[in-house]
Amino acid sequence: MGYPHPIHPGETPVLSKHFGEAEARTFAGWRERGGYEGLRKALAMAPEAVIEEIKASGLRGRGGAGFPTGLKWSFMPKGDGKPHYLVCNADESEPGTFKDREIMRWTPHALIEGCALAAYAIGAERCYIYIRGEFTEPWTVMSRAVAEAYAEGALGDNVFGTGRKIHVTLHRGAGAYICGEETALMNSIEGRRGNPRIKPPFPAVAGLFGMPTTINNVETLAATPHIITHGAAWYKSLCLGNPKSTGTKLISVCGHVLRPGNYELTMGTPMRTLIYDMCGGMLPGRTLKAVIPGGSSVPIMTAEEADRCLLDYEGVVEQGSMLGSAGMIVMDDSTDMVYQIWRLARFYAHESCAQCTQCREGTAWTTRILERILAGKGKEEDFQLLLDLSEQMTGKTICVLSDSCAAPIVSGIQKFRGEFDAYMNGARQPALAGA
Amino acid sequence: MAEELVTVTIEGAQVSVPKGMTIIEAAKRAGVLIPHYCYHPSLPSPAVCRMCLVEVEKAPKLMPACVTTVAEGQVVHVSSESAKKARESVLEFLLINHPLDCPICDQSGECELQDYVFQEGRAATRYAEYPKRYNPVEDFGPDILYVTNRCILCTRCVRFMDDVAQTSVLNVSERGDRAYIGISGDQLLDHPWSGNVVDLCPVGSLVSKDFLHKARAWDLDKTASICPGCTQGCNMMLETRDEVVVRLRPRPNLDVNRHFMCDHGRLDYRWMNRGDRIEAPLVAEGERHVATDWDTALDALGALIERSGTVALLASGRASVESLGLVRRMVEQKRVTAAVRVPLGEEAPLAGVPNLALRAERVPNLHGAELLGYSRDWAGALAAAASADLVIVLDAELDADDEAALGAIPGRLAVLGTTLSDLHRRAELVLPVTTMAEENGVYVNRDLRAQRYNQARAPRAMSRPAWWIAGEVLAGQGPDADAPSTAAEAFRMVSGTVAAFAGLTHGDLGLNGRALRAAVPAEAAR
Repeated sequence: MGYPHPIHPGETPVLSKHFGEAEARTFAGWRERGGYEGLRKALAMAPEAVIEEIKASGLRGRGGAGFPTGLKWSFMPKGDGKPHYLVCNADESEPGTFKDREIMRWTPHALIEGCALAAYAIGAERCYIYIRGEFTEPWTVMSRAVAEAYAEGALGDNVFGTGRKIHVTLHRGAGAYICGEETALMNSIEGRRGNPRIKPPFPAVAGLFGMPTTINNVETLAATPHIITHGAAWYKSLCLGNPKSTGTKLISVCGHVLRPGNYELTMGTPMRTLIYDMCGGMLPGRTLKAVIPGGSSVPIMTAEEADRCLLDYEGVVEQGSMLGSAGMIVMDDSTDMVYQIWRLARFYAHESCAQCTQCREGTAWTTRILERILAGKGKEEDFQLLLDLSEQMTGKTICVLSDSCAAPIVSGIQKFRGEFDAYMNGARQPALAGA
Repeated sequence: MAEELVTVTIEGAQVSVPKGMTIIEAAKRAGVLIPHYCYHPSLPSPAVCRMCLVEVEKAPKLMPACVTTVAEGQVVHVSSESAKKARESVLEFLLINHPLDCPICDQSGECELQDYVFQEGRAATRYAEYPKRYNPVEDFGPDILYVTNRCILCTRCVRFMDDVAQTSVLNVSERGDRAYIGISGDQLLDHPWSGNVVDLCPVGSLVSKDFLHKARAWDLDKTASICPGCTQGCNMMLETRDEVVVRLRPRPNLDVNRHFMCDHGRLDYRWMNRGDRIEAPLVAEGERHVATDWDTALDALGALIERSGTVALLASGRASVESLGLVRRMVEQKRVTAAVRVPLGEEAPLAGVPNLALRAERVPNLHGAELLGYSRDWAGALAAAASADLVIVLDAELDADDEAALGAIPGRLAVLGTTLSDLHRRAELVLPVTTMAEENGVYVNRDLRAQRYNQARAPRAMSRPAWWIAGEVLAGQGPDADAPSTAAEAFRMVSGTVAAFAGLTHGDLGLNGRALRAAVPAEAAR
């Protein structure tokens, strides 16, 4: 079992440097590669100083929202006497995203170190890592690594002899997309149905088991030891675009490129460099049609927008979409956009937790309308209906699942209307029997 | 310490409300009803139906009024364009899979989906080409059916069982538009308070088997009443159709039963509809009874009392304060032993509401009776009755043991009752009285709260309230006494002389009752 392709010279390997090296999975192997230095250094600092360092680095949440990590940590109440919790979101259920899986598969200790460091900074003695149910190999690797970390004193009641208590519990999900939403994830850990909670209260006030909780993505936590080891200034210097986006970002590229896979880029790298240089360009004889840059939940970009796009939080927003979890789905000219949008909508209709009316009924309804269009039975009014429903599915519900379903539909109609028309006027053969 | 108040403007009306109140509750104070489904004042709010989204000035998007708290200077618009559009859209979403079977639905006429759709919904659906989701009706328990297709997944029933009854039986099963209310394993919805889920259901999804297809909501006459099932004194609505009691439902009273009522109380109404009632006053003539008029009967009762030195009063704890009070006073000049019969059952608390339970003492007015000089020493009263010159039974049911204890009764038994038993057939005098459904009156619950119940149907045949009989007899005893002609007057007569009632009137008690301040503690009266 190796790693599919060597590191491209254009990449900045920080997190992915040791992907593919079997020894990096062991405690000793990880130590040899400079592992646990960041944690040791952090344990010698005051927790506030650790938070300050992370703040100064400009690190932002890698799970999708891009919220400044240091700021999030600083929201945790101090001296409140309650147990604090750290939760690592390793549910990685966003379609098109597979970066956390690789971090856990190849560098499990990077995540454990990051968890211990963050737990120390926020005053938590217990960290839960919520691993996606389908991740069998990462689960096995992580379980082994956690046991090893306990045996080596990196976790337990006396971490590295400092007297600090830091425990890590692995929790395995059962396959619901929505459990990647932070509050649904907490409900799931508590043994409840994985329904998102209403905010406020925010997790820092009342999160897991009603206690102050910080929840971070795998990639975010894995980056923190590097920041402590090499300093905030170093991390901040990793920036090619907007200074508000710093460090490296793992981009999961899938779809119609020659070499799909994970690429670790300095923030601000142009998307075209990634697609045409690192990924080897489109499949032979094909041209780029569209990109979904941040996992399935973000608006679709046209080839022109992708061409202009810089890969950082602001750069992607400038082109009308979002960096999200950076699961990039690349689609060439052979792609049937209506079909793809229907496929996404069907996913959301299947995964809606059924709490909010707009989401429960709206995702299913929009899926049926798209199905009807694909069956060649679409009508002109369907555009307005889809846009109306999408508007009511945006910003009206507890979490953003229905917004995520609406985003590709709205952007798809705006940018690829001709393909919808082709199904309606019979220029294109029906793709589904449906409706 | 005074509550901190904040002033908010809702639909142009300014109200000052306690800090921390939700917008939906503040709006009620401003006279504005914000449409909602999942919200219920006695349940935790999940904010899932999204019906109560309102526009709050300076907020980036519409806010759920059921969980958003008021803030100083907040300006809320309930009928702004965006809020109305959001509601219209929620209704459209709810209707795409909701069967339009209102003509055969029990909830029709009191359905919140029906009401809001008529108020603000679209005239026609845009969900034209697809069949609606279909699931069969499920049998949830002894009295509850779940009509899956009508469910709007507001989850009130799930939250009632989880948070109030604290017996997790119901859940939301499946995801997306396949979701439905599930029931755990082989469990049944048979908790002693489970009937409340039927009232809580805003649509006709959870229906009572007892009430199934019995009446249309608009044909019902609803009367504010008090449950006669136990000493808790839950406030209830007594619902009749064409003079027949068909349903009892809780009536909100935050101090007594919040919005709830137990199944025992809810389903114990058939006795109110009994057809075998005593229709006229009966006097003994040799071996048999003959029907007579009230004047003759009242004279006969007066004469019986007149010639007796000792009287035993065996009363039902279902009798009103007015009846118990005046009947007691009617024999005041005699040596009297008075007691109420208290049938006992198992206590069944509602875990999530403090001081709310189906009480072991299954009569509504035990504590009122005690304040009026009745003891709960039934055996002692029977012993006294065995040798009393006159035994008056006030609507109490006597079993065979009781009758044996009474000894020989010819010539010294007067019954004020609703139905005839074998014992009654041997009575000197039988006077028909009204049931609690047929009269106005007051009950005093276990916390010494005096609460009024109202007449819901006409008295059967010649029956009269017991207080009226006693009042007429009293008027015959002396020239100064005026017979009361209403329950309110009868209550004044009692409250004016019994210290615990401190001169209160029916008006003072209102619809929600009132705690008797100078009351004798219930313990002391025992």
